Amino acid sequence: MPFDATQVEAKVRGYILENLLFTSDGSELANDASLLERSIIDSTGVLEIVLFLEEEFGVKINESDMVPENFDSVNNIVRFVLRLKAAQ
Amino acid sequence: MCGIAGFTGPSAMPAEDRATLDRMIRTLHHRGPDGFGFHVDAGVGLAHARLAIIDLETGDQPIHDERRAVWTVFNGEIFNYLELRASLEKLGHRFYTKSDTEVIVHLYDRYGDDFLAHLNGQFAIALWDGERRRLLLARDRAGIRPLFHTRANGRVWFASEIKALLSVLPQCASLDPQGLVETLTYWSPMEPNTAFRGVESLPPGHLLAIEHDGRESMTRYWDWTFPAVAEKTVAFDSEASAVHALRDLLIDAVRLQLRADVPVGAYLSGGLDSSGIVALIRGFTDTPVRTFSIAFEDAEFDESEQQAAMVRHLQTDHTTLRCTRRDIGEAFPALIAHTEVPLVRTAPAPLMLLSRRVRESGFRVVLTGEGADEVFGGYDLFKEAKVRRFWARQPGSRLRPKLLGRLYGYLDQSPVGNPAFAQAFFGQGMQHIDRPIFAHVPRWTTSQRALTFLSPELRASVSPWDPLTYYERQVPAESAGWSPLARDQYVEAKSLMAGYLLPSQGDRVAMANSIEGRFPYLDHRLIEFANRLPPQWKIRGLTEKHILRRALAGLLPQEIVERTKQPYRAPDSRSFFFDGEPLDFVADLFSAERIRSAGYFDAAASGRLFDKCRAGRATGFADNQAFVGILSTMLLDEHFVRQRGRAAQQNPIVHSGVSHAV
Repeated sequence: MPFDATQVEAKVRGYILENLLFTSDGSELANDASLLERSIIDSTGVLEIVLFLEEEFGVKINESDMVPENFDSVNNIVRFVLRLKAAQ
Repeated sequence: MCGIAGFTGPSAMPAEDRATLDRMIRTLHHRGPDGFGFHVDAGVGLAHARLAIIDLETGDQPIHDERRAVWTVFNGEIFNYLELRASLEKLGHRFYTKSDTEVIVHLYDRYGDDFLAHLNGQFAIALWDGERRRLLLARDRAGIRPLFHTRANGRVWFASEIKALLSVLPQCASLDPQGLVETLTYWSPMEPNTAFRGVESLPPGHLLAIEHDGRESMTRYWDWTFPAVAEKTVAFDSEASAVHALRDLLIDAVRLQLRADVPVGAYLSGGLDSSGIVALIRGFTDTPVRTFSIAFEDAEFDESEQQAAMVRHLQTDHTTLRCTRRDIGEAFPALIAHTEVPLVRTAPAPLMLLSRRVRESGFRVVLTGEGADEVFGGYDLFKEAKVRRFWARQPGSRLRPKLLGRLYGYLDQSPVGNPAFAQAFFGQGMQHIDRPIFAHVPRWTTSQRALTFLSPELRASVSPWDPLTYYERQVPAESAGWSPLARDQYVEAKSLMAGYLLPSQGDRVAMANSIEGRFPYLDHRLIEFANRLPPQWKIRGLTEKHILRRALAGLLPQEIVERTKQPYRAPDSRSFFFDGEPLDFVADLFSAERIRSAGYFDAAASGRLFDKCRAGRATGFADNQAFVGILSTMLLDEHFVRQRGRAAQQNPIVHSGVSHAV
């Protein structure tokens, strides 16, 4: 099944809202907001997201990819996942 | 060690006042199971629950002076009482007991309110001057013994624990939203706030005087203070001479704190601090040492290997309490009834279970290593701040932040486990570099994530506040001239130590089983000595407590002396779920209905956190602290607000605030 940006975005947003922001209110999360600056993720929080992405999208995330640029906003995460899928 | 309670203000009938005191002091029976004592006079009522440790025969309180004009009840120990007594006797004072308490009234007779300067001890004191008709309330310098007070019915009321106040002042039995928000940020309310509306804590090192006409004055008689960096005065000839002086002081602090007319035990964590205390007892006194420690099933928290090494080295008679996750979860409701404040960690629970074991073993007093990290710069937070400051001097450096990777090695889920994120995380808050709270920004930022669970109603009831500026109100202005480490130590001593470690993880969990904890590293002479040391003698490079290691070298095995500090922690949210099922009280308190009716938290958000913890997916500090914070707030509400409300409905007389004979 092909992944498109909209599907990935919906899943990533759903996960972050439910598990890191503990809400179902989509207005709480702007796609370009920095998750680090808002203290939504720290270095332990990122491990949770990595686990989710690997399970949900069947990607493998290397240690060297675990940098803030890939995870700091919904948009960045979506781009990162699409790049990983394209490389598969 | 004991519990105290009482009031000053307009008197009722003596029998009625006596009954009121009786009701209050009975709630503190666990602090003093060896008998109650009372003093009732016009304008005052004093009550005491005794745990007999010094002068078992004649040490009953209240104690009075020769003229029977000055009376005191006190909780704690005056360790230098023998020296004080000898010098007072030379000045003509006559004593009628052998207790440490009696020096208090004589010192007051001679020195007035300055009597506190003479005391070396851990204490909460209530002293009634019957001639001037004034009540003094005082607390020890570091904040080891608790003392709370409130105003109601024209009187000032005080007690060692809040439950004694609630027993006669049911109107105080509601949680204060501001206290709750502060606890979820700083791990405890900021002095003088408590978790209860209208109830205040007397801050450490303070004296409160209530005069005959009701006027009140509060004075700080002691505080942590450090030399200004600009002073450049050298307090020591050399590091070697400071090491020598420190060892002498440590020996003397331990010698004084071993004074008791009952056997004394010691806690052994496996780290440098507690091992040092036990080694000093072994090496420099003839007191037999009985040691106690906690072991965990989970290797991340367990230090039993190091404990065993120390036991072999020091040849102590040792008891290990094996603590499971379920033990922690099941003990948690009783724990919160003792702490009287929400907690964001479960770590006090095993210590409450350990003090029970100590009691069962026939001991009433234990010495611990608490305080060494605050006094000598032992915490990772200090090293972390040092690296962040070092990094800030060359923000473009790629090498400097890598030093962060050398911290937190003991954590499974380390905040530095991922270097790129560690840099992003600890790189935050750099704009606060010149502020006294700089070191604490990462901790408080993580903790504050719990505030997202607050209900809109509770949020609306708290006035907008900036936690950093708010905390800085407590920090003295002259701290701007201190070394950065000194500023960090000051905030740590006031926030985590006096707010959380000494009460919730110290006094309350020991007193829950009538055990008195003693803390030689918090002898004020040691604090004053260490505060004069140059910061690089405390943290050398990234080696914490450098000078303490040198002072204890030769007394301990080399691997203990060189070991990096491992903070004492216990499993948090995992202590409440087993095979995906919550403990019964946890399910009950997290139900949407209970969360909603209590009103503190948002039911939907709390439910999502509950599900995450239940699934075992809560791995970080922020989620675990929020979970423990919510659970403990709900327990506090259940125990002190809800149950009391039910009792008041069933039996209005009990909670009318009017005394009746018990």
